[in-house]
Amino acid sequence: MILEMAADGLGDRRAVGDLTYADIRAAARGVAARLGASEAPVTTLASLLPNGDHLPVALFGASWAGVSYAPLNFRLPLASQADLLARLEPAARFDEAWMGGPDDGRPFVDEPERPAVLLFTSGTSAAPKAAVLHHDNLAAYLFNTLEFGSAGEEEAALVAVPPFHIAGVAAVLSSTYVGRRIVPMARFDADDWLKLAAAESVTHAFVVPTMLARIVAILEDDRGRRPPALRSLAYGGARMPAPVLERALELLPDVDFVNAYGLTETSSTVAVLGPDDHRAAVTSDDPVVRRRLESCGRAVPGVEFRIVEGEVWIRGDQVGGGYVGTESQVDAEGWLHTGDQGLLDDEGYLFVLGRGDDVIIRGGENISPTEIEDTLLRHPTVAAAAVVGLPDVEWGEKVAAMVVLRSGDEPLDEDELREWSRRELGSIKAPEVVVVADDLPQTPTGKVLRREVRERLRESTAGE
Amino acid sequence: MELKAGTRLRSAVDEVEVIVVKAQGDVDLRCGGHPMGPAGEDAPGGASVEAGFDKGTLLGKRYVNESGDLEVLCTKAGASSLSVGDEPLEIKEAKPLPSSD
Repeated sequence: MILEMAADGLGDRRAVGDLTYADIRAAARGVAARLGASEAPVTTLASLLPNGDHLPVALFGASWAGVSYAPLNFRLPLASQADLLARLEPAARFDEAWMGGPDDGRPFVDEPERPAVLLFTSGTSAAPKAAVLHHDNLAAYLFNTLEFGSAGEEEAALVAVPPFHIAGVAAVLSSTYVGRRIVPMARFDADDWLKLAAAESVTHAFVVPTMLARIVAILEDDRGRRPPALRSLAYGGARMPAPVLERALELLPDVDFVNAYGLTETSSTVAVLGPDDHRAAVTSDDPVVRRRLESCGRAVPGVEFRIVEGEVWIRGDQVGGGYVGTESQVDAEGWLHTGDQGLLDDEGYLFVLGRGDDVIIRGGENISPTEIEDTLLRHPTVAAAAVVGLPDVEWGEKVAAMVVLRSGDEPLDEDELREWSRRELGSIKAPEVVVVADDLPQTPTGKVLRREVRERLRESTAGE
Repeated sequence: MELKAGTRLRSAVDEVEVIVVKAQGDVDLRCGGHPMGPAGEDAPGGASVEAGFDKGTLLGKRYVNESGDLEVLCTKAGASSLSVGDEPLEIKEAKPLPSSD
């Protein structure tokens, strides 16, 4: 429906690359025709491609065909990719060659309550869970927060977050709905980002804090590299370090900054700290207003917050809250219990203080410690492992592991275990810090005391 | 007909389709002067646009009633116009949020 609206109302506008919204609709029909012609019926269209011009075609093509779209993390080791694909069966895998049709003019399959997008989150359990977002949820997000066709013809959004993130999915949907061309970036690099932003006259962009820190570092050296057309810079995905944000505001005085807080399960943004809030916070003498720079802003229309025993609860039509193979995770009154610890100030500004559970957030990537622990335990000399996040200037958090070796084995080289982990887990999840210990701090019932592990690892890495 | 957020409706006289953004209970939503029906179901034939309800409905625009308890969004445009009973709906002025993605 979203693509149909864009193609009906903004058909001649460029959507991505040289493709107009009318071209995207034709290509999406082509994808649907291919899926319809497959011998065995499929329920999911998976994609293992990095960002590219195919993004809206894959996403809307799946929708057009009435199957779920599941963008997967292509940086995972091949075995993990195969596991995820197997869990989505019966599934087809999107191929860029599908961009070429055939367009048979078929209408889109219209089932608002069907799962539209499946996104694997690491969660806290060992096995990744696929969060389910229905068409209704995503449509509620667009209809409540955006105005159709409201973007100017010259606007362009640089999409540097990976396609398997909710922010990547939301960028495609929102841009299509407002009529803003997207400029997909396959692999983030701050220097390339600035080049692309200049070359494509990018007006809007979304970055995670790690990206902004690197962009700021380049601009500190050379202010002349400010993206000339950039008007709006949204950020989210993880807690933004205050020094990075303050420097960015100073280096890009003409840019509107927007802090977007949201979860995969809530169809992306549920709270926004807008440009005026940023300016007010920077210029105000009132400590309450100044402090709002550290907040996530206020609820978007159609969304409510509650703080229950310190935990952030969210309710609204855009909240999915279900996972493949499980019941909905929202309670009887529609509240999603996020696991984030937070508070609301008198004017409804939300402050998120941290995760109630132990998820590590490295450069905007949520990483489940248990998954890494389980992998480490597969190494022949590792007897026990505890994984935590340690503060990191560049990434927000870095992955750190404390391991206990099997008795009688040769002493393990910590570098060797790091290398081994990188091969098993990929560079995002592999621990940067590995410390061998005699035992893990545990409760009498055998639960690892992560807080104590974190303290000990912090002490042992101090001075590095 | 009973409306709630997400309900999708089509005109009985032309191409117009809407999705309900906000509604309370039973609403006599019409397009071109004739009751709208569920999207995807065929309209009863023979109806034509009534005078005064032919001002057009614009794609992507939000329409509200005077009291503000009904809001619908046009997903397919057409020549007929929306009303609750005989009360025409008005275009709602947009107050978009800053872009967040």
